[in-house]
Amino acid sequence: MSEFFQWLAGVPPLGQIPIVLLAFAVLIAVILAFVEVATKRGRAFNIVRLLAAVLVPVIILLALGLYNSVMWVAGIAAVAGAILFYFDRRSRDGAGSLLQLSGFLAPAMALLAIGLIYPTIRTAMSAFMANDGSGFVGLANFAWVFTSPDGLTALLNTLVWVLVAPIVSTIVGLAYAVFIDKSRGEKFFKLLVFMPMAISFVGASIIFKFFYDTRQGEQIGVLNAIITAFGAKPVDWLGLEPWNTLFLVIILIWTQSGFAMVILSAAIKGVPAEQLEAAALDGASPWQRFTNVTLPGIRSSVIVVLTTISIASLKVYDIVSSMTGGRSDTTVLAFEMVRQFQLGARTGYSSALAVILFILVLPIIIYNVRQHKKQRSIR
Amino acid sequence: MSAVGESSRRLLKATEQTSGKLRKATTSRGATIAAFIIAAIWTIPTFGLFVSSFRQADDIKTTGWWTALANPSFTLDNYAQAFTSGDSLPLSKAFLNSLVITIPAAIVPIILASLAAYAFAWINFKGRNTLFVMVFALQIVPIQMALVPLLQLFSDGVKIGGLYILPGLGVNGLDGAYAKVWIAHTIFALPLAIFMLHNFISEIPEEVIEAARVDGAGHGKIFAQIVLPLSMPAIASFGIFQFLWVWNDLLVATVFTSGAGLPITKALQDLSGTYGQSWELLTAGAFISMIIPLVVFFALQRYFVRGLLAGATKG
Repeated sequence: MSEFFQWLAGVPPLGQIPIVLLAFAVLIAVILAFVEVATKRGRAFNIVRLLAAVLVPVIILLALGLYNSVMWVAGIAAVAGAILFYFDRRSRDGAGSLLQLSGFLAPAMALLAIGLIYPTIRTAMSAFMANDGSGFVGLANFAWVFTSPDGLTALLNTLVWVLVAPIVSTIVGLAYAVFIDKSRGEKFFKLLVFMPMAISFVGASIIFKFFYDTRQGEQIGVLNAIITAFGAKPVDWLGLEPWNTLFLVIILIWTQSGFAMVILSAAIKGVPAEQLEAAALDGASPWQRFTNVTLPGIRSSVIVVLTTISIASLKVYDIVSSMTGGRSDTTVLAFEMVRQFQLGARTGYSSALAVILFILVLPIIIYNVRQHKKQRSIR
Repeated sequence: MSAVGESSRRLLKATEQTSGKLRKATTSRGATIAAFIIAAIWTIPTFGLFVSSFRQADDIKTTGWWTALANPSFTLDNYAQAFTSGDSLPLSKAFLNSLVITIPAAIVPIILASLAAYAFAWINFKGRNTLFVMVFALQIVPIQMALVPLLQLFSDGVKIGGLYILPGLGVNGLDGAYAKVWIAHTIFALPLAIFMLHNFISEIPEEVIEAARVDGAGHGKIFAQIVLPLSMPAIASFGIFQFLWVWNDLLVATVFTSGAGLPITKALQDLSGTYGQSWELLTAGAFISMIIPLVVFFALQRYFVRGLLAGATKG
């Protein structure tokens, strides 16, 4: 595989796109062809299953470039494949079901294990270690978060972000989606609110620095130009504690409302028109139609939107980094985490902040899982 | 029922319909005004930057952009300058890099995620819910914390006591290599992609899947010929978001690409760093970086209009 990527690096950039996509398509086609026949009965299919279970792990290891090391690693893979084959034959749902499941799940799960779970475990471990990784310090890093000014400010500001941004974005996005639904020029109106989503946080920060700009003499920022027109003195919005955090939250709301609007607009169009007409015939007002018919119909999409934006708010880094650099008490957990790491590699503090992020997201996840289960039981 | 009763009911229904229509007309007028207000608030900051990008550098720094509407004096110099500026990484090259990074990094995770989402939705297996919750929970792993271990893994692999468990990718220092950034983006996209596609795929009517199964189709066929086509609206809408996220990403690309392979966001940041407060370059650069995402949105917008759920039940 490394040979493939090394060879690919020599191809002109634009030529790399079709090559990589073709290679990927072939891989997926092979997987699908296998899962299609995986559970078929008969001797020939037993052989196919055995070959798949034993050879695929070996081929993957060889493709990764492990042939440089000892061959018995490949032997272990083959034995592991044989064990998998054995359990697959005896599995409750019939031979092949386990291999079939692996075909669907293994690619994504393997990538997640390597790229997210393994690094997360390392991070969780270093949260209980000293900043230089020298030894176990218990909860000292967490005590630092709750007692130091930086840690406490980051924590409180993150709570503000996660409480304000998802709710406001969803309300604005939903209201807008409802207002423009089936109106003339709907596409155009959608584009106006979606446009911020197309802009990177770097770009959005440039836009809002311009918007919040404050200076001596004539104002070039819209906000200060408006208030000076009414006779007020220009305000240094980004230095105005404690409100400056809200001015940063506005940037996230500005970008995420488009996301909420697009998802919810699609969901609204999925609400059966007959139900809305029936409610209208029964004399329901537009507001009643909205709360009693539309809202229950798009409930699961609303939850998806709220969850996604909540998580985006918890992880917010770029906005704080490029707008204020954490000055004037605007720091948040995800930003403080990186800053502590960059300030002399305080991995202990930095990891403790990451662990607190996990704890904050738990309620969101639990709520979502409950909703998910409820939906299943209804069905 | 008598004929009189029938006709009176029909009359009642007709009046109800007209009053309903009237009510709808009044609210939609209020709604239109509200929509106009939201649209205006959402557009003005961008519009200000857009107008500024065509103004002379000195004008931008001394007067508000709205004054240019009264006495216009516009130029394309900012764009010409922005395209060629940047010593090591011109904006034009960075633009190309962004394309090469973004297209595979948007398509690959969606296909892998739809495979996994299908398994979670339509294959019964032990521990399904637990595994799904774990995948969903991975969304919160802040990518900043995964970057360093993952980067080490790409370059050195994983070794336990001198024995390789996983080898490195062996593309360090290769200027044209995008493998690391593709794989990193794919991994970071998977949890959300699986979650969102699962929401959609699990709502495909059971009868549709069951009918195919009765016809003798296995999971491979059902996935490729039924689930994938039915999921196109969800795939298209998630594809657009993934495309935007990757296109607009700065952090992942900065860590996982080498000097000549950096994307446009990085070039834009360099502009704001090395050239200080040169608003004229920043404004033009920001708009150059927005062109492709907007084109993508236009091209795939019909999937939104068709509707996420309508596509599945009617298809």
